[in-house]
Amino acid sequence: MRSVAVVGASLAGLWAARALREQGFDGRLTLIGAEPHRPYDRPPLSKEFLAGTMTEADLALEDAGEDLGAEWRLGVPAAGLTPRGSAGYAVTLGDGTSVAADGVVIATGATARSLPWNLPGVHTLRTLDDARALRADLVPGRRLVVVGAGFVGAEVAATAHSLGLDVTIVEIAPAPSARALGSRMGHALAGLHEDRGVRVLCGVAVRAVTGGDRVDGVLLDDGRSLPADVVLAGIGASPAVGWLAGSGVDLCGDSGDPGGSSGGSGGGVRCDAGGATNLPGVVAVGDCAAWYDPGLGRHHRVEHWTGAVRRPETAARTLLSGGAAEPGAPEPPYLWSDQYGLRVQFAGHAGPADEVTVEEGDVDARSFLAVYRRDGRATAVLAVDRVRPFGRWRRRIEPAGAR
Amino acid sequence: MIPACPLSALPRGEAVRLDTDPPIAVFHTEDGELYAVDDTCTHQDASLADGWLEGCEVECPLHASRFDLRTGQVDAPPAKLPVRTHGVVVEDGMVHVVPSELPPNLPPGLRTPGRA
Repeated sequence: MRSVAVVGASLAGLWAARALREQGFDGRLTLIGAEPHRPYDRPPLSKEFLAGTMTEADLALEDAGEDLGAEWRLGVPAAGLTPRGSAGYAVTLGDGTSVAADGVVIATGATARSLPWNLPGVHTLRTLDDARALRADLVPGRRLVVVGAGFVGAEVAATAHSLGLDVTIVEIAPAPSARALGSRMGHALAGLHEDRGVRVLCGVAVRAVTGGDRVDGVLLDDGRSLPADVVLAGIGASPAVGWLAGSGVDLCGDSGDPGGSSGGSGGGVRCDAGGATNLPGVVAVGDCAAWYDPGLGRHHRVEHWTGAVRRPETAARTLLSGGAAEPGAPEPPYLWSDQYGLRVQFAGHAGPADEVTVEEGDVDARSFLAVYRRDGRATAVLAVDRVRPFGRWRRRIEPAGAR
Repeated sequence: MIPACPLSALPRGEAVRLDTDPPIAVFHTEDGELYAVDDTCTHQDASLADGWLEGCEVECPLHASRFDLRTGQVDAPPAKLPVRTHGVVVEDGMVHVVPSELPPNLPPGLRTPGRA
């Protein structure tokens, strides 16, 4: 393999490029990024960057002086992938140019879902540009309505509260993150907000976002109307795979649940347990990739930072070996969230019927560790403000099908 | 020298965090060695005393960066910068830390002294 195009220049793409070099690939390497920015870290966008304690320079993922010997095509999205038989692939870019490569790493990530009402003051949060725009709008004293109580929504709510905004969260499910964590633990997380006077309205959908020149309110399905100066849609993300239409790359059906911590395949690029797609010389990593999980017995898209860091090493080996590499055992998905100075951590695959036991601490004291079990097997662990025991429990999560 | 704790209060495999500024973590490895490093991961705000101790390495509990406790060097990313190491002295059964005089490598967002 003499040339590789890494499509996507965020966390997973950068780590794939590093892994290829570390594994001895010395051919031509091209990184293609839709955003104009050098690779940056997204988790602080809803926390430290939004709060103003981290700068754009602090978000940089590359080491000082790091040189991957790569050609960077930033600020131009991939528009298509065309197999050319023994000549490899052509990645067509949005500006009409194309990059030829023997191997392709698909790392295009995901795109924030947006609300159908696109008024000034209505935001999503996925990119640095999104975060800049949201930050400019989070003026103390303003009223923020967060639609969706997932982790991005919860973090923005917490940050905005700390900045002096009046915050309300609206969640269609009966509790925040109910599908990922179960309703009992979801309610426990809602308490983190309610303790500080942030309202959490669950089990209700948004009927409309209202306003003229700018958003002025959110109308709920039960008839309530919430005044709003700023609205954040934290309603998840879809894999950015539209550019693969017609390429022959297999995608998973969109019918499963859309990712999240116990998520399904959600329309991602269908990969085997080593990251290989159905096309030779094409692998996929990061939020857009649904790898086969032998423990779960299904394809599974992981939208977490840790997956984007861990999997490229395997995918690079798969690519360079022509698919002959043996993938390691998949690690349980892991996520963390910081809200109101509390560290929330979760690992594993929680199921709706799992038994949940608080093993340490007290839910009402907002400092606890809870373990999810199915048939006596620990499937997942959730901790609030219990970092040290979480690290031990995380290592005791058994992959599904281990017995 | 900063008194940390009685050696008897720090079993092998355990760590203790000192409320210095910035905080310092003292580790007692399974092999019986004592090491002290800055407690805060150089990548993002997390306490290494809460991390996973294995041999002479500690893994950050947040993003799994690994640091060599003997040198402070990064053994596994995402951290880029080493943690500062400190001297450890045991006198009369008491563990003491001899703080480094080098500047610390604190993560972004924690670079204001005192916040950590």
